[in-house]
Amino acid sequence: MTNQREWPLWEVFIRSKQGLDHKHCGSLHAPDAAMAIKLARDVYTRRNEGVSIWVVPSAAISASDPDQRESFVEPMADKIYRHPTFYELPDELKHM
Amino acid sequence: MATKPEFVLRLGDNALVLGQRLAEWLGHGPALEEDIALANVSLDLIGQARLWLGYAGRLEGQGRDEDRLAMLRAQHEFRNCTLVELPNGDYAFATVRRMLFDAYQRVLLARLAQAPDAEVAAIAGKSRKEADYHWRHSADWTVRLGDGTEESHRRAQAALDQLWDYTRELFAPDEVDPDAAGLREPWLALVEPVLDEATLAVPAPSRFLSTGKRGVHSEHLGHLLAEMQILARSHPGAQW
Repeated sequence: MTNQREWPLWEVFIRSKQGLDHKHCGSLHAPDAAMAIKLARDVYTRRNEGVSIWVVPSAAISASDPDQRESFVEPMADKIYRHPTFYELPDELKHM
Repeated sequence: MATKPEFVLRLGDNALVLGQRLAEWLGHGPALEEDIALANVSLDLIGQARLWLGYAGRLEGQGRDEDRLAMLRAQHEFRNCTLVELPNGDYAFATVRRMLFDAYQRVLLARLAQAPDAEVAAIAGKSRKEADYHWRHSADWTVRLGDGTEESHRRAQAALDQLWDYTRELFAPDEVDPDAAGLREPWLALVEPVLDEATLAVPAPSRFLSTGKRGVHSEHLGHLLAEMQILARSHPGAQW
């Protein structure tokens, strides 16, 4: 961090209920991880959105390069045989 | 023993007046995230005030509902402790004040959650979960400010020096609340470790005793009420 007066940025992940996975919901500034979780509670869960919070320093996230989209993403678009859409799912299976 | 309406008024007025003080931080917090946190605490407190004032109105049986009690009483009719009506000052003052009050709320609500009056017990039981979080937030920031930079330490100590005497009122027993003194030990057990970690020195005791809970307030409450009540008083009975 170059500017010591600026709080670092954190990515916030919320689990909306038990059994589901944590989903990215936004980011915020906080001085450290413990405070980031407290502030995430106030910024992102005040309408009962979640039961569990993760925070990750934004600087720790490595991202794919949007300029490589052509080779990185698009080749998958026309390979429908990779989608398991030909199976019938039983009703008891949730969250698929 | 029947619950005294005056005792419930104190609980409601403490929450309402501090809730209003915290609402004044809206748009003025040191960071967006803190701004939202304080607004949440403010709303929690105003929510608690509604429950307490609603019950106080039913207990006194004069047809005053929560809105009338909050918006149409004059300064001398308010029963909040002086601690919560003091102006916000800087962030250290606002934080240390909250920490001292949140610790008090935690021990008081824990006691009231066991009260024989089922309604008092229910409101306290609901409120104490919020109070526990308020405390974690304000105690955490007290440590950060006290054990932070030279300037934040100086400001936090100055705030504590100014606020400490006002905490005596919380534990001064009277006919409305004869058990008040018994909360001081558990309150100190919460507050002292935080002050210790924050490297803040407990001020020497004085004989000063504020009297807000008896209706004798500082000059600051009237200004707070003027701002809080102007809409309701300008448009009597308005609905929104």
